[in-house]
Amino acid sequence: MAIEDDVLVIGGGLAGATAALAAAERDVRVRLVTYKQSTLRHASGLIDVLGYAPTDDGPLTNPYDALESLPDSHPYRLVGEAAIRKALAFFDELAGAAYAGSHTDANALVPTAAGTIKPTARYPTATAPGLASDRRDVLLVGFETLPGFDAPLAAAHLEAAGVPFDVRGATCSFPGIRRDDAKVTRYAHLLDVDEAIAVDAGEIGVRAALIEAVEGHLEGEARVGFPALLGDEHADEVRTDLADGLGVDVFEVPMGPPSLPGIRLEDLLYDALEDAGVRVTSGVPVVEYETAGASEDRIDHVVVDRNGAQVPHRATQYVLATGGLVGKGVQSERQRVYEPIFDCHVSHADDRYEWFVDGVFDEQPYARFGLSADGELRPLDADGKPEFRNLRAAGSVLGGYDYAAEKSGSGVSLATGYVAGTHAGEAVDEVIR
Amino acid sequence: MSDADNPTDDASDEFEPIQVFPEAEEMDLRPGADNCYKCSTCDTNCPVAEVDDEFPGPKFQGPEQWRLKRQDDHDIDESVMKCSNCMRCDSACPSSVPLSQMHNTARGEYVENHMSKFSREYVRNRILANYRRLAPLAATFPRTANFVMGLSITRWLGEKTLGITSEREFPAFATETFRDWWRKRGGAKVQNEDQKIAYFHGCYSNYNTPEVAKALVRVYEHFGYEVLVPPQSCSGTPMFANGMLEDARRAAETNVRELAAALEDGADVIASCSSCSMSIRQEYPELFDFEDTEDVAANTWDALEYLRVHEDLEGELEGASVEGFDDFAYHAPCHARNQGLDGQTVELLDVIDGVDAHDVGDSCSGISGTYGWKAENYETSMKIGEEMFDHMDTADAETGLTECPTCSMQMEHGTGYEIRHPLEVLEAALFSDRPETA
Ligand SMILES: Cc1cc2nc3c(=O)[nH]c(=O)nc-3n(C[C@H](O)[C@H](O)[C@H](O)COP(=O)(O)OP(=O)(O)OC[C@H]3O[C@@H](n4cnc5c(N)ncnc54)[C@H](O)[C@@H]3O)c2cc1C
Ligand code: SF4
Ligand code: SF4
Repeated sequence: MAIEDDVLVIGGGLAGATAALAAAERDVRVRLVTYKQSTLRHASGLIDVLGYAPTDDGPLTNPYDALESLPDSHPYRLVGEAAIRKALAFFDELAGAAYAGSHTDANALVPTAAGTIKPTARYPTATAPGLASDRRDVLLVGFETLPGFDAPLAAAHLEAAGVPFDVRGATCSFPGIRRDDAKVTRYAHLLDVDEAIAVDAGEIGVRAALIEAVEGHLEGEARVGFPALLGDEHADEVRTDLADGLGVDVFEVPMGPPSLPGIRLEDLLYDALEDAGVRVTSGVPVVEYETAGASEDRIDHVVVDRNGAQVPHRATQYVLATGGLVGKGVQSERQRVYEPIFDCHVSHADDRYEWFVDGVFDEQPYARFGLSADGELRPLDADGKPEFRNLRAAGSVLGGYDYAAEKSGSGVSLATGYVAGTHAGEAVDEVIR
Repeated sequence: MSDADNPTDDASDEFEPIQVFPEAEEMDLRPGADNCYKCSTCDTNCPVAEVDDEFPGPKFQGPEQWRLKRQDDHDIDESVMKCSNCMRCDSACPSSVPLSQMHNTARGEYVENHMSKFSREYVRNRILANYRRLAPLAATFPRTANFVMGLSITRWLGEKTLGITSEREFPAFATETFRDWWRKRGGAKVQNEDQKIAYFHGCYSNYNTPEVAKALVRVYEHFGYEVLVPPQSCSGTPMFANGMLEDARRAAETNVRELAAALEDGADVIASCSSCSMSIRQEYPELFDFEDTEDVAANTWDALEYLRVHEDLEGELEGASVEGFDDFAYHAPCHARNQGLDGQTVELLDVIDGVDAHDVGDSCSGISGTYGWKAENYETSMKIGEEMFDHMDTADAETGLTECPTCSMQMEHGTGYEIRHPLEVLEAALFSDRPETA
């Protein structure tokens, strides 16, 4: 007996989770199978739709204005502007008060830990008071034990970028942390539980100790930016306490990987999956598939490998959201790039030397490797026909875009996840009726 | 005690100085270290690094330590003893770095080369790792044992002389072990050449919670399976966690041999404890290469998982209802999570009327087998558990549910809830209209 569901989503990153949630909007049984952890834990937690266009040099003010300039094979062109908007609305509903940015089409400008300005469509509420369009002065606070955020350097970079306010950086020691390789989760945990630490006058909570450490550095700035590690489960409470204690607005600066805002987004999505009744199986990979009897173009079931034991899973519709070269949804060998589960067609130059171009900063062809798809996001074979009738693909397993250059990673995952999941959910209904 | 009870309890098994563990010693894990691209995903999943300042985390413990070893003859850092072997880092790593294999071999090497065999810590760890050896004795005189173990003087002495925390109560021993019950019952009630399972009950459901083992037998017989109960040793889980690789190796050798014989007989192997199945499925093939190790690993299943795949379990339970149980606060043990089994219990209880399981989140319970029993780890263990205790408190249930014996000790210790095993609920659902067979 296979384990039976209506829709089976393979891969549990932003694309897979969105697809599962979109499919679950209908009255169908949805399962998500995912192997290792997704790129959500590395990503900044920002939802970038489109920061840069191939035809423009500078950051885009409005991502929607630039959609027309993207190549035909770009995932955004496949799904269309209306679907991108619907997907973002879907996300806004899901994220509720945890995210901001839905009031405008325009990109927000978010200062990063490196002191650059990043154009993005949605950002965590924790980051909102830090926007570069705000004219109030800023104090950035870094910690001696946290090399990933050099506050004075970041401040200098922001000044050099010409932000419309004064910004200074200060470095202090984080109460309760001595080791120089403490994990971001350790900082967050201390703040979450407000652990008591010893000081000269006895014991005080970490939050109060941090306020004390930062107070002296303030020179009348209206807002203070900390690296993004202000709590995990109780992040809102931590931020409020710090803001009250310091008497200023407090915001988080997105950090490089591993990233707490990414972890929080992951938690938000997985809570939503639970609420929606999606069944989640994690820690095991899908390794192969079987078609149904004579019809080669219909997937009958897939096989999940559990340390050598083969567990069959059957559904009527499938969504492939296994990620790109990082998530291992697309893999490369010396001579070829391939998609390992269904062996869907991946177009790429035959000559390995054409995969790369010389300049590190040039657009790299390999960044666009991935599946091509039709408007319903069914992967296409070399002749442009759907590989399977009941398979759709979403997220960075798709080709035709370069998320790092465009700053479009999360936006493409959301939009394609939403479209693939919605179609999968609807197609189940068709079969049932 | 019969031989069947204790197939490996012969004189040669006394506490002797540990031998060099040949396979792990020869194992070169450094190439695995090269797969690490330093993304630190493992670190953000480590429950110990989150609460314990002294612990450098899995990225250091695994790939970095192995890289150091390559550069010069670096000694294993003693912090490896603070790793609880929850294996969360292992299943998190997007680059398939063999983290738990690295931790297990590093721990073995540390204990072998750097821990005095006369130290209190070594003796204590050896006793904890070999709990199974004490259990038969206690099981022979369960009432006396429960009485003595429950005395506060015993617990005080345990802490003072051995470093076993006095905060915890020792689990009670059953008055009749599962194997005794099985023998008295006359073994299997169903014979079936075509459908057989070999039950790996592990130590805990034999000595402490035989009701779980009995539930498994009844459930599988209900589906027409012939149940074999082969001779067996400890799965090795507590031995890996304490770096007692030679003990683990001996136990594993027995188990692989006996279970391979059962496979030969046409059975699949079924376990009811998630750490036992984890050990057989993943740690054996990672650390040993006895004949048939891979075969046994690939044919070992979790009790519920097997029924879900091989029977129409949901169909069978359609309309079933149970009485006598309240709703449950369910905790998925780390070792079930690592096997992709974390969702199945809640899914299954969904089908059964009259009882619900509320998942209390994905945090680690913090006890990790023998880890939380050590006086020096007690505080860390309770700090890790706090999130789970909180979620249990707020869940709409006052009985706990989990597959792992030590998680259940921690759940009970932190909340005072009574803790049950999913097989007990399944048994109640399948036999709701029938009187319980004794
Ligand atoms: C370091 C880094 C930083 C980034 N920063 C940003 C940013 O600031 N802003 C932004 O918008 N985007 C960012 N992105 C991009 C964005 O996070 C990703 O492109 C996008 O989220 C891709 O999501 P995905 O769901 O397609 O794939 P992934 O997140 O890669 O998830 C794929 C999942 O599928 C699973 N899987 C793979 N194979 C199998 C299998 N056989 N069976 C079952 N499961 C399988 C994997 O284990 C994984 O969990 C960043 C990406 C990276 C790597
Ligand atoms: S998760 Fe894997 S690749 Fe990432 S740092 Fe840890 S061991 Fe290295
Ligand atoms: S096994 Fe658990 S405790 Fe040990 S390093 Fe990995 S995550 Fe941390």
